[in-house]
Amino acid sequence: MKKFDVKQIRKDFPTLSQKVNGKPLVYLDNAATTHKPNFVLDAMIDYYEKHNANPNRGAHYLGVSATELYENAREKVREFINAKSNKEIIFTRNATESLNLIAYSYGMKYVEEDDEIVVCISEHHSNIVPWQKIANLKKAKLKFIYLNEDYRLNMDEVYTKITDKTKIVGIAQMSNVLGTVYPVKQIVEYAHSKGAITIIDGAQSAPHIKIDVIDINTDFLVFSGHKMLGPMGIGVLYGKEELLEEMPPFLMGGDMIEYVEEQNTTFAELPHRFEAGTPNVEGAVGLTAAIDYIEEIGLDNINTHGHKLTSYALEKLMAIPYVKIYGPKDLDNRGAVISFSVEGCHPHDVSTIVDTYGVALRAGHHCAQPLMKYLNAPATSRISFYIYNTKSEIDIFIDSLKNVRKWLGYGS
Amino acid sequence: MDLNQLYTELILEHSQSGHNKRHLNSADCTQRGHNPSCGDDITLELKCDGDKIEEASFTGSGCAISQASTSMMIDLITGKTLEEALELAGKFISMIKKEITDEEELEVLEDSIVFKNISNMPARVKCAVLSWHTLKEAVGKQ
Ligand SMILES: Cc1ncc(COP(=O)(O)O)c(C=O)c1O
Ligand SMILES: [Zn+2]
Repeated sequence: MKKFDVKQIRKDFPTLSQKVNGKPLVYLDNAATTHKPNFVLDAMIDYYEKHNANPNRGAHYLGVSATELYENAREKVREFINAKSNKEIIFTRNATESLNLIAYSYGMKYVEEDDEIVVCISEHHSNIVPWQKIANLKKAKLKFIYLNEDYRLNMDEVYTKITDKTKIVGIAQMSNVLGTVYPVKQIVEYAHSKGAITIIDGAQSAPHIKIDVIDINTDFLVFSGHKMLGPMGIGVLYGKEELLEEMPPFLMGGDMIEYVEEQNTTFAELPHRFEAGTPNVEGAVGLTAAIDYIEEIGLDNINTHGHKLTSYALEKLMAIPYVKIYGPKDLDNRGAVISFSVEGCHPHDVSTIVDTYGVALRAGHHCAQPLMKYLNAPATSRISFYIYNTKSEIDIFIDSLKNVRKWLGYGS
Repeated sequence: MDLNQLYTELILEHSQSGHNKRHLNSADCTQRGHNPSCGDDITLELKCDGDKIEEASFTGSGCAISQASTSMMIDLITGKTLEEALELAGKFISMIKKEITDEEELEVLEDSIVFKNISNMPARVKCAVLSWHTLKEAVGKQ
């Protein structure tokens, strides 16, 4: 493993060296999407310069090489999350599509009247809205696991909400608003004891934490390439082979079939059955490079770096009397995401003002309106870190934040 | 972008004074308007006498721009007919879209002209037009 050197890492990211509004860019919106290193960009250009062809369809030279690259990506992802078999790795557009695939395929087949679907109140809309739809169609019930005062989850609440009627339990390993990292392994174990299957949303955790699907023993896992240095438009669905095997296809068309007659079709084997149409090979190649890059740096180093920055930023934010933090204030099981509000100032104004200092942060409900309502916060501001962020960037952010109230007409 | 042009005294005054922020005793019409992207969420209340807007107010929460724009709009439409209010809404939206740039033609918008430059800030345009869109929907229902 290489020594972790932020200065060196930053040189790999062309977007980071630009100025915005005349100031050096301080990019603190990594939970939304990360920037891409040259290593990933080059791999994608290389794909189009040397390989480009429709995989799985042509026996010609380029077709074979595109297929190989695409299947190598599958193997790379399998290894990354320690899945048993390549058949368990389905490429999608993003975490959202993966969740919809589970809902429409697994949910539509297995959820019945009076069944329960249980999710956490801090879920992203992508892990709520599809379940509302399934619950509605099937007359099932969508239930929420609530949080403690300290923005963490009490296992007693899990034991209460997951019952013998529960068919599906879905939870993000790391909240994209609070930064809380939930005890997913314990939740999976309890859900299984009640006969439910589990879905882990790894959109926020996959870029930071080593995920081992065999150890966690989850039935499904989803994540997006673009939040972990990869390109937009490529996402992953992991599912246990025995479950995927029994699930009906989600989208129909080319590449997912075996024999098509005028009135009937038999479907292809896993994983192709769930990948209809020409796939995103460029994206898969980019994701492969992103995983290589992450593994070169080491997830342990990435996690440690995130902790250092989070600890530093929490300390600075907590020292400002008019700032309120939404999320755990200690570092145990906490990711590199901090949501906060500035007294008297709407997050949208905060974001506009710090933007003029070059600071990119996120304002709004972060696609988690039920959580916002639960927290009684119409919106928050959010900063989130990744491998290329530095303490001096946090200093710039804190300085810009201290100017916000002045601009909005407050004395301090 | 110059923050001095955005957070002017007039805008800050309107966003903080809250003189139009309350419930009406007997509103004829309430209309909610929402900006999903940033969470601005207002409810406009109108009390009409025939087709004249006798009183207007709003509740809800949002950024300084959305709050100020709503408050200024209420000052402007109070006492106007529904038709006149719609016409103003059309003017305001055309100003933001840069379809009308002639200052004289925009004079009827009074204080709301301060939002003219918001068209240079795509991320904030929705905040400024929220109340006007909400007004259009409210009047459409009458
Ligand atoms: C926890 C979580 N789940 C799901 C998603 C959806 O990701 P995507 O938009 O890439 O599908 C996000 C992205 O914001 C997220 O943070
Ligand atoms: Zn706004």
